[in-house]
This record gives sequence, C-alpha cells and structure tokens, in this order.
Amino acid sequence: MALPKIIGIETEYGVVLRGTADLNHVLASSLLINAFVDQKKIGWDFDDEHPGSDARGFARDGAQPPEIETHLVNAVLTNGARYYVDHAHPEYSAPECSDALQCTLYDKAGERILARSMIAARNLIPQGQEVVTYKNNSDGKGNSYGTHENYLVDRNISFGSIVRNITPWFVTRQIFCGAGKVGSENGAEKCGFQISQRADFFEEEVGLETTLKRPIVNTRDEPHCDPLKYRRLHVIVGDANLCEISTFLKVGTTAIVLNMIEDDFIDRDFRLSSPVPYMRTVSHDPSLKAVLGLADGTSATALELQWEFYRLARKYADERGHESHGGEEVGEQVLTQWERVLSALETDPMQLDGVLDWVTKYRLLQGYRERDNLPWTDAKLALLDLQYHDVRPEKSIYEKLVRSGKIERLLDEDDVVAAMVEPPPTTRAYFRGRLLELWPDSVVAANWDSVILDVGSDPLRRIPMMEPLRGTKIHTEALFNECSTPRQLVERLQS
Amino acid sequence: MPERERKQKPAPQAREETVDEVTAPTKQGEKIKEELDDLLDEIDSVLESNAEEFVRSYVQKGGQ
Repeated sequence: MALPKIIGIETEYGVVLRGTADLNHVLASSLLINAFVDQKKIGWDFDDEHPGSDARGFARDGAQPPEIETHLVNAVLTNGARYYVDHAHPEYSAPECSDALQCTLYDKAGERILARSMIAARNLIPQGQEVVTYKNNSDGKGNSYGTHENYLVDRNISFGSIVRNITPWFVTRQIFCGAGKVGSENGAEKCGFQISQRADFFEEEVGLETTLKRPIVNTRDEPHCDPLKYRRLHVIVGDANLCEISTFLKVGTTAIVLNMIEDDFIDRDFRLSSPVPYMRTVSHDPSLKAVLGLADGTSATALELQWEFYRLARKYADERGHESHGGEEVGEQVLTQWERVLSALETDPMQLDGVLDWVTKYRLLQGYRERDNLPWTDAKLALLDLQYHDVRPEKSIYEKLVRSGKIERLLDEDDVVAAMVEPPPTTRAYFRGRLLELWPDSVVAANWDSVILDVGSDPLRRIPMMEPLRGTKIHTEALFNECSTPRQLVERLQS
Repeated sequence: MPERERKQKPAPQAREETVDEVTAPTKQGEKIKEELDDLLDEIDSVLESNAEEFVRSYVQKGGQ
C-alpha cells in the first residue's frame, strides 16, 4: 500500500530593485523578507540539511549544504512555511500539505505573502525605488530559478524504479502544467513560443545538481523526516504556476503516479528513447503533434502517453481508492480535471484559456500579435510574458485576467488569506505553525523535522518531528489548549 | 492585496450558450473579438512602458 503523499512546493521568485542602477539581488531579497517578518525572526536550524546526499546511495565529496549562509535572512512563518533567501532569490517553501488542493492553497498564499512583502518593503527603501518580484522561472536570458515539488515516498521503493517510470511522466506532463514562454534559451532551438519555462534548462536524465546541468530526475536524498522509512522526491523539473488548476493538476496527478509506482501498478514500459531532447520537443510544440520514440521501439505523442497514464490512474483509483493521495473527494477532483484537460487538449487546446497557464498566455499573446501585427521577437510580447508573472496585483496580467473573470479558480480568496497565517491542519506543519503563533519568543530555531524551544532554563529542548503525519491538529490541538507555556508543553510531551 | 475575489466560473462559455442559435455564428464571433479587444486595451493600460528597456533590464542570477 502506497504511503500517503505529503506534498510541498518551494518557489524561488525572480526579484528586481526598480528605480536604481545598483541592483543587489541578495539584498533586495533580504529586504523583502525582513519587511514581511515584523515579529522576532525564528532562526533556521541547519543540522538536518544534507543536500549533497544522493538517492543512488552515495554522498558527493565536498558537497556542502548550499544554504549555510546564516547571515542571510531565514524565517519560519506561522503557516508553517519557510521564507528565506536562497542563492539570489526570495524563496517561499510552503508547509507540508496532505492533498493537492491544500497544496494549491498554500502555494497561492505564498504569492500573497510576497505581494504583502513588497508593500512592506516600500518603507525601507528610498522613494522612487521598489522591490518587484515575479513568479516565473527564467529571465529570458539563460538564467533559470526553480519551483520544486516534494513528495513523500517509501524508502523501500528502488530509486531505479522511480526513475524509469517518472521520467516519461515529467517529459509529458508539461502539456498541462507548463507556464508558457516567449522564445527559447540555453542553446535550445529557436522558437516563437513554448509550453514550459524550464524545459530548455534540462541537460541530464538523472543527477544531483540543481543549478547547472540540471537533471530531469533529481537525486537529492534529504528526506527531512525518518530516513529509514521515507524518501523525499525532490522534483526540479516543473514550472511556477499561477493558474490554480495547473498547480492542482501538477501535484495531484504526480502524487497518483508516484503511488502507482510504489504499488507497482504501472504495467507498461513508458521509457522514452531520448528523454532529455524530448523535454524540449514537447515544450516547443504547442500543437501537441510531436511524436516521441519509446525505448521499446513504439512511438506516441505526449498527449497519447498522458492518456495512457490517465487510464492507468483511473483503474488504480477504482481498485485501490484515493486514500494515499488526499482522499476520495480531492482524488476524484484530480481525475475529473485531468480527463477534462486531456480531452480539451485533444480537441482544441485553446478551450483551456483561463484554465492552464500556457494556453492563457498563448491566447493573450496571439491576440496582441493579430491586433498589432507583431512578430514573436517583438519586445512587447516578452514584456507581456514577464508581466503575466508580476506578483504585484495591480501590475500582474494574470491578476488582471482574474479580475476580469477570465480565470477559472479552485480556491476561495478568503481561504487564501487565512492560509497566509494559519498552518495546514493535517500535517506536522500544524505543530510548527502553532508553536510560532503561541510562543514566538521561545522558539529558538526550527526546521522541517524539529523545533528547538527555550523553556526558560537550560538546556534548550529539541522536539523531533520525524513523522510528517504527526503533530496534526487532531493530535495536538488539545495539548495546545491545555498548556499555557512552552515548558508545560515539553513536560507533557515527555510524560 | 487584491480585492476579495470569489470563486469564478468561466463566464464566456456560459454566455455563449445563451446566444440565439440562428444568429449565433457571426454575432458570437464579433462579441468574442470585441471582448478580446477590450481586454487588450485594459492590459495596455497596466503594461510597463518602454518594453524593450524593461525586458532588457530584467536579469536574474541563476538559482536552483
């Protein structure tokens, strides 16, 4: 029986400081986070960070956690998220979520947190300057920054089996979770428009790297939970999405596919003959007609392979239910949206204007091209592409479309606003978030799998949280209600 | 923060269904085109000026 798929999305936002020639990305990112975190900042505990560990079973010599830059801003939020400077970007790592809809909610809450940060930052910089962020994955000049998904996976599943099955999945799922991009980069063949922001940047099939020679399947083995029981599959191949249905499908379908892998349910060999070039082939083909060769000598389009995955998933759900990927309601919603989207992609992808990011962007760009007779290389189209992802609601083209009623939403905006401060109730993020809400001054440090509390006397107490499904509201709400100090809480936990 | 938004259904399809069938093809086409033109005009009003310079100056350091 597959493990419940706990999911989290981490997003590095593009960042600029407008109104000055002196742009320091790290400084701009720090400014943003400092401005948002008006309460005492809770330090991040690096003890658990091992990004050099490789899922294939070895640790790279000299591999260092890239984030040991403790002078950089690093905050933990009451919604359970981590908000910090990673490389030269503000990064929002959403809390652990137990289903695709919750995951979509906390991803959207991240956008609102960035938007609020930009407003707060105005008070910290000279008039005429402004920190601006973009939820995209490329500057159009060969520099890419990531949106990573994380899935809890059973440690007993061989990594080879994951790679074999998930690679064709990642290559083909772009057709509904790509965010769309004008032009190409990183030496890719020229094109006017492509489906994905990230596809041009993948150069290897499997590997540990995340910043260069990026692999389709990343092997970082850093579970942030009990390493004997779990893996965290660190997925670096996806785009940042704004359309809620794109995000929902991206994580919802991938969770089901991973569960099918865990349960050894995939009865066909989907391996592609050359997955790396096919990343670009699929992305560069909005007509969805490109044919991919499979290792077994057959061939199929990305859409045909997606249909096969869908049919398998439908059968899997009928036989095993949805318990391992978010429950009946959300699981059925994923399958319904998935089928609907594949059907529309088959008949006329443009029906998905307002549903999927790449189609929404493509339609808009085509509208401009026709009205103003613009070639794909016109700067105005590149600007529209960029500004689609602007996180400021008054400047974001995506938000403009939302206000015009052109975007189909899954979330209630009141829930999004609540998710900026409240943790998801169904994972350990609840425990982390509640501690920060109740006793921010006593939380000395926190990371994904532990919290360090100052209870007023030596020593500091570390509370391990090695089980992502413990520390939920059901487990700990009564405990929080009965304790009026962190000391009491620690005593209760020890008793 | 944007104004509070409620869940929105895709309005265009719903509206299309109510169009009179006999006169639908041309009127509907015109209506869609008009809507798109209005939308592009609206977007024009929020687009950054000097597209070339704006796009050129958007340079990021690579991340993960």
